[in-house]
Amino acid sequence: MTTIRRGSRLAAAGVAAVSALLLAGCGGQQTGPSTTGAGGGEGGQASGQVRADGSSTVAPLTSAAAELFGAENPNVNVTVATSGTGGGFEQFCSGNTDISNASRPIGEDEIAACEASGIGFTELQVANDALSVVVNPANDFAQCLTVEQLQTMWSPASEGTIRNWNQVDPSFPDTPLVLFGPGSDSGTFDYFTDAVNGEEGATRTDYSASEDDNVVVQGVAGDPGATAYFGLSYVLENEGRVRPVAIDGGSGCVEPSAGTVIDGTYSPLGRPLFIYVNNEAFQRPEVTEFVNFYAQNANEIAEAADFIALSDEQLAQLRSTVDGLAG
Amino acid sequence: MSTTVSGGRSSGDGPSPGSGGPQAPLGGNFLRPSSRRVGERVVLAGLATSALLSVLVTVGIVVSLVLPAVSFWREISIVEFFTGTRWTPTFADPDYGVLPLITGTLWTTAIGLAVAVPLGLAAAMYLSEYANPRVRRIVKPVLEVLAGIPSVVLGYFAVTFFAPDLLRGLLGIGVGAYSVLAAGIVLGVFIVPVIASLAEDAMTAVPDALRQGSAALGANRMSTTLKVVFPAALSGIVAAVVLGVSRAIGETMILAIAAGGRAQMVDSPLLEGQTMTGFIAQTATGENAPGSLAYNTLFAVGLTLFAMTLLINFVSIRLVRRFREAY
Repeated sequence: MTTIRRGSRLAAAGVAAVSALLLAGCGGQQTGPSTTGAGGGEGGQASGQVRADGSSTVAPLTSAAAELFGAENPNVNVTVATSGTGGGFEQFCSGNTDISNASRPIGEDEIAACEASGIGFTELQVANDALSVVVNPANDFAQCLTVEQLQTMWSPASEGTIRNWNQVDPSFPDTPLVLFGPGSDSGTFDYFTDAVNGEEGATRTDYSASEDDNVVVQGVAGDPGATAYFGLSYVLENEGRVRPVAIDGGSGCVEPSAGTVIDGTYSPLGRPLFIYVNNEAFQRPEVTEFVNFYAQNANEIAEAADFIALSDEQLAQLRSTVDGLAG
Repeated sequence: MSTTVSGGRSSGDGPSPGSGGPQAPLGGNFLRPSSRRVGERVVLAGLATSALLSVLVTVGIVVSLVLPAVSFWREISIVEFFTGTRWTPTFADPDYGVLPLITGTLWTTAIGLAVAVPLGLAAAMYLSEYANPRVRRIVKPVLEVLAGIPSVVLGYFAVTFFAPDLLRGLLGIGVGAYSVLAAGIVLGVFIVPVIASLAEDAMTAVPDALRQGSAALGANRMSTTLKVVFPAALSGIVAAVVLGVSRAIGETMILAIAAGGRAQMVDSPLLEGQTMTGFIAQTATGENAPGSLAYNTLFAVGLTLFAMTLLINFVSIRLVRRFREAY
């Protein structure tokens, strides 16, 4: 009887070990904040990998493009990571990525870094964005904020001193001001600090910083006195959890929307969104196909992803630049 | 015929003539085969290598932590590091005072232990003294299942359900989406199985004779448990609590997700706070050029965490030895 028990124990252990190995083997392929766009369908001769990284604001747009592209080109694997605009440029100028998503134009030192690595690039504006300031839905007093009030909330001088909504505007009730926002690697951060505080990177530091906009959304949704800023697509995606605030840039309160960005009235927080393409990588057929697809269908992709489309002028500019690249 | 007495095997002599026989004194030489098999030596070498490997890995970890940390402390004075109250390494005009992270860690650990120690010890007391064998057979495995819940799942549980619905909704405590309180309580829940398991083992190891003697003197079950069993099992219980402390200090995912990303001097449990482990998780997955000051903060904080844990383990070993009662 002992022999049988020992044998069955051995068998059980063996089964457990083998199944553990098998299960470990068929774990997911993706880790971290990247998404793959590849689907079924026919057509599409190109195959290979296209690597994109950078802004978390632009990432949903590029991911949508990848998904739509993948429907016709199942053999091309487009990966989109979100290290922030700054982080993305670091990867791009080291030659690790083919496309860099950016919610602000490339900076001087980044241009120098790319030059030093011998990387030529092309800037393509693919969409517009309304950088939105949001509050918790329970907040009914902050309907419209002026740029001066935003400055009071976010400038470096306010660190440690401005901690309540009634300091932003005396008519606001006594509610603690809880700030969330992107960290210093983010293009949204760069653009907002430049537009509101006058200098890129100038901000108070006593707020909850995260490169992941979803963490910021979660923070705002969880506290009645919370406020944050991020791209419009996150506002539209999280209706009911956050409420956008109208911004008074000097000529009245303007709500963030596609219309107000394209006609220029949503200022100073309307901004262009870019992708930067590595010129050498563009020579690879899969990258060429993807970028062409992106340019030809920019506005359809923007609509699908809840982004603000390009104006006719901007669209024509995009197409001609991409044609120039190929030619 | 004289035989040399040696404490273990004789050092690498090779086979000795059969003088080892039945006349040899009890001890290492008694059962030594007359010819040493190569197989034995190979096994010995393999096992010794495994043990050596663990030591080498630990030494390697310490060395890999120390070198970048030292280069960090060459640029930032170690005094400023340990006494500064502002931790903003990624912003313009950075400050490197680690105290905010330490307060975050201490707060979450304290709250976690305040939850886990009473619950764990009470559960252990119930399982070892009061539960009948049938209940024990069911409850003990369920406790083990609680230990098997991944910490990242518990972190999301804290953010999406515990903080908004339980703490704010049901109990009316004014916490935001991220807080030291929510993270600490869920951390406590995570550690309960650790403490309960070890404490229960320690208490069941107390000989029954003590309980019977106490009952014979007329004590009821509670008095016996508290005044006889508990003190007898004290060294094991202290070991359980100390293990819980180590787990709490080193726990990363729950705190990275639920405690928040804002490094501030935490003076109330309702506030958001960032722990040392949370900071390491956030920075390691971000984009910092290797070798830069912001990157080396990882190692400085890691070394601090390592030193804290080492200190606690050291103190605990002394405590356990002091309270040990051998039966």
